[in-house]
Amino acid sequence: MLKEPKIFEQNAHWILACKAEDVVENGGVCVKYGEHQIAIFYFTRRNEWYATQNECPHKKQMALSRGMIGTKNDEPKVACPFHKKTFSLATGKCLSGDECSINTYPIKEENGNVYICVDSLPLT
Amino acid sequence: MKVVVIGNGMVGYKFCEKLIAKKLPDLELIVFGEEQYPAYDRVHLSDFFNGKGVDDLTLAPASWYAENNIKLHLCDPVLYIRNSIKLLQTYKGYVMHYDILVMATGSAAFVPNIDGIDKRGVFLYRTIEDLHLIQSYAKKVKRGAVIGGGLLGLEAAKALLDLGIKNPDVIEFAPRLMPRQLDESGSKILSNTLTNIGLNIHTNKNTAKISGKENVTGMQFTDGTSLSTDMIVISAGIKPRGELAVECGLETGINGGIVVNNFMQTSDENIYAIGECALYNEMTYGLIAPGYEMADVTVNEICRIHAKSNIRTKEFTGFDMSTKLKLVGTDVASFGDPFAQGDTVRNIVLKDTSKGIYKRINVTADGKHLLGGVLIGDTTQYNILLQTCKNKLILPPHPEDLILPARDVKKEEGAGIVALPDDALICSCESVDKAAICSAVINQGCETIDDIKKCTKAGTGCGGCLPMVKDLMVYTMKQQGKYVRNVLCEHFNYSRQELFDLVKLHDLRTYNQVLDNLGKGDGCEICKPAISSILASLWNEMVLVKGNDTSQDSNDRFLANIQKGGTYSVVPRIPGGEITPEKLIVIGQVAQKYGLYTKITGGQRIDLFGAHVSDLPSIWSELIAAGFESGHAYGKALRTVKSCVGSTWCRFGLQDSVSFAIQIEERYRGLRAPHKFKSAVSGCIRECAEAQSKDFGIIATEKGWNLYVCGNGGSKPQHAHLLATDIDSDTCIKYIDRFLMFYIRTADTLTRTATWLNKMEGGINYLRNVVVNDSLGMAEQWEQEMQALVNAYQCEWKVAIETPEIRKRFNHFINAPEEKDPTVKFDALREQKKAANWK
Ligand code: SRM
Ligand SMILES: Cc1cc2nc3c(=O)[nH]c(=O)nc-3n(C[C@H](O)[C@H](O)[C@H](O)COP(=O)(O)OP(=O)(O)OC[C@H]3O[C@@H](n4cnc5c(N)ncnc54)[C@H](O)[C@@H]3O)c2cc1C
Ligand code: SF4
Ligand code: FES
Repeated sequence: MLKEPKIFEQNAHWILACKAEDVVENGGVCVKYGEHQIAIFYFTRRNEWYATQNECPHKKQMALSRGMIGTKNDEPKVACPFHKKTFSLATGKCLSGDECSINTYPIKEENGNVYICVDSLPLT
Repeated sequence: MKVVVIGNGMVGYKFCEKLIAKKLPDLELIVFGEEQYPAYDRVHLSDFFNGKGVDDLTLAPASWYAENNIKLHLCDPVLYIRNSIKLLQTYKGYVMHYDILVMATGSAAFVPNIDGIDKRGVFLYRTIEDLHLIQSYAKKVKRGAVIGGGLLGLEAAKALLDLGIKNPDVIEFAPRLMPRQLDESGSKILSNTLTNIGLNIHTNKNTAKISGKENVTGMQFTDGTSLSTDMIVISAGIKPRGELAVECGLETGINGGIVVNNFMQTSDENIYAIGECALYNEMTYGLIAPGYEMADVTVNEICRIHAKSNIRTKEFTGFDMSTKLKLVGTDVASFGDPFAQGDTVRNIVLKDTSKGIYKRINVTADGKHLLGGVLIGDTTQYNILLQTCKNKLILPPHPEDLILPARDVKKEEGAGIVALPDDALICSCESVDKAAICSAVINQGCETIDDIKKCTKAGTGCGGCLPMVKDLMVYTMKQQGKYVRNVLCEHFNYSRQELFDLVKLHDLRTYNQVLDNLGKGDGCEICKPAISSILASLWNEMVLVKGNDTSQDSNDRFLANIQKGGTYSVVPRIPGGEITPEKLIVIGQVAQKYGLYTKITGGQRIDLFGAHVSDLPSIWSELIAAGFESGHAYGKALRTVKSCVGSTWCRFGLQDSVSFAIQIEERYRGLRAPHKFKSAVSGCIRECAEAQSKDFGIIATEKGWNLYVCGNGGSKPQHAHLLATDIDSDTCIKYIDRFLMFYIRTADTLTRTATWLNKMEGGINYLRNVVVNDSLGMAEQWEQEMQALVNAYQCEWKVAIETPEIRKRFNHFINAPEEKDPTVKFDALREQKKAANWK
């Protein structure tokens, strides 16, 4: 099957998303991957990286990367800027009691580069 | 075991939810629904006209059914039941066997047999589809009428008002409104209130004919009168949908309701009927709470049958029909026996025609027990009265106290909770009793309303019981020796005021420092903005520096309010509402260039909506070059100081209110506080600037200014209190300095000045003592601190556009900074644009 030319350099299953220094500390940025939007968070206080879908399932707003991150009983979470629904960064589960969840993606940082694994997202 | 449900309405859904919670092995659950949407919240149907969409009303999305292994067939009504061989057939042609059949077919609107009822422009009010039809028809017409002055009819009339129909007519057959719930005096008061807000109420009217060719043009009544109208909504009652039952020979009542026993079994023991289609004891229950109770009884039956047992644990024994509802512009409640009277009954009535308040309670002659009552205009005591009535509690010696205005019975209310028996039903939608709520606090450690909702489901239906749930929770926590401490969140064991003093004492400058020194864990969306606001109030440093950017509320982080669709609004400061033609032109040009929607705000300035995040820096560069600065519309900070034109032009003006408003706005611009705050200056007591509705407001007098504080618009409007009279400009500013510093230091997060004062012991007199008489000895320090903040002011947007590290944060894609978010969509509206609706 023919795929569009990649905008990222391909390395096995991991794609290079951005430079670590481009990601805001203790917050998120949004990465474009073809038609997809992926939110990347650098939880600097915990030295942890997370990647999730950028769309908030509540009202389908492309906004999670602009949300505030934090913890609930030590579980890392992000709060959507629109109505403050919160989602676990680790599992994608909604923590504010709603029946919705977000996709999370594997992410790693190596030598100042941030890679995400987007095997589950076909490029169309 | 194969259970088939006919009808995917509110009760059918609740039945599924309760049944799958039992996790019965080998259960096959199939649902046939006639409507195109999965079950939605019919009770809040009218919210559809207040901007709620189908999604908001949906009880659970189709995916929920799939996840729980429920086969949901929508748009597929069941056509026949062959109960002798346990088969049914649907519209789309399924022929299906069942072990147990549950009929939850609800009811249909009752349509009276009136000549002309089939004309175009006649509507029902029951389903989302009805509303779609009403909405599109209402756009084309001017006049509307509702047949039926009961609960639903009045709701439909309100919907017509919301749709822009002026003075809709309400036609009631009975001599009064809501004849089933209200007595005559109550109906009269209600009629008055409704007339005042624009409804035309006609009682004692029987419609004889609907006139018009194809489309409705009017109606004629049996008394010879007539009325012209373009559309008619019928809300004259309900008719249970028992047609399937009739067809297959189940026993039904005259109204078509399916006859059931105490276990919701119909005359065929394998078929159950629940919700509005059921007829129990010759009674149809048109409310949601009894429907849910029926669902619960049936689920118990199915578990029993599944376990092949004969022991029944739950039965339906009828249900209280007490209701509380928010009607157009007023609250109405009726409970117990609202009409009780006679020798053995004492009626106590409180009536205030000018306020539209009517309360009646019916008490036994010996004054010991409450039998029922009616509340109109003020229903704050409903919950406790209902409980007192249902649980046959002994009344206090002066039962009339029960309906006196709320503040006088505060103590009684607390006592009321304590006196309630454990099985007092607190949330009737989800049938949660007092014991369950107390136990959620004691045994499951619930300490917030959200916890309680999750644990018990209380308050997740109509929400009417929430105040009582909260009182019970707080009461139980106190009983448990849990000090109900006003702490910020799980990361900080301090109140805002304590944190404010500690941050200052330790000279902390960033969110991370505060968290490391005073908190634990990694923060959250509650403490981050609260601490950021404290830091800003204390030091007034640009909010996006020192790594504080990601601890700001999202709006502060982008120095703009995020709006539907993910674009932002731009609000330049226009002090006092005064603006030159040149600046107006610049605003117009900027809006044109970036394609922004422009609107004059309620705060005397101009809002530009629809800016892409990546356009914000360029937009602001252009505005700043023309002499504008940030308006802080995004911050918990000073908003606007409104002004009236004052003595420079106005023939009544006593002082130059515009100049003073500008001076005040420029003094406090950018100042951050626990919540936003607003001000206004009027040139005389005619008060054209509405200063008495502001956090602080100033009105000119012959001799100087009167200063008012702690007013509020918003959802609970409150007039400001007079703090000082006939003071000169300098004194006025001095008092405002002190007032604001006192507020900033001591108020809880997100508390406006009005609420802050409401909670202050000693009220306005205490506040006046602190501000005017300096009773705390803080005046000088506060004035100095305020001056330091004023001196430290910088326009945040100016700093932002001039600092490359900050500026580069304003893009949507980190790896494609020049691209805008392609999902942002606009629709055209009156030569401008608007955000596309939520998806
Ligand atoms: C634009 C404006 C409506 C308009 O088109 O006229 C407006 C728009 C918003 N108001 Fe307002 N309010 C506007 C005047 C008012 C007024 C009238 C006034 O100020 O004279 C009030 C009542 C007066 C008062 O505050 O006491 C008002 C009471 C509120 C409230 C309720 C506050 C309360 O104490 O209950 C909120 C919610 C909040 O702040 O938590 C709110 C919140 C909002 C927000 C920020 C909601 C949001 O987060 O999106 C809206 C932001 C629009 C934007 O993106 O710029 N707005 N809002 C007005 C802007 C005035 C300005 O120039 O700054
Ligand atoms: C505007 C409005 C406001 C209301 N306000 C309140 C309120 O404030 N408080 C309150 O307690 N109650 C209120 N009610 C009443 C409440 O909505 C009903 O009591 C409740 O919806 C009844 O639930 P149900 O499941 O029995 O019926 P419904 O919700 O009507 O559901 C029945 C479903 O079965 C479907 N159906 C029928 N026949 C078939 C068939 N043969 N095959 C397949 N499907 C079929 C119907 O299409 C429907 O979707 C209000 C109702 C309305 C219309
Ligand atoms: S408040 Fe007084 S000065 Fe201002 S416009 Fe009204 S009448 Fe004129
Ligand atoms: S859109 Fe995210 S919480 Fe509403």
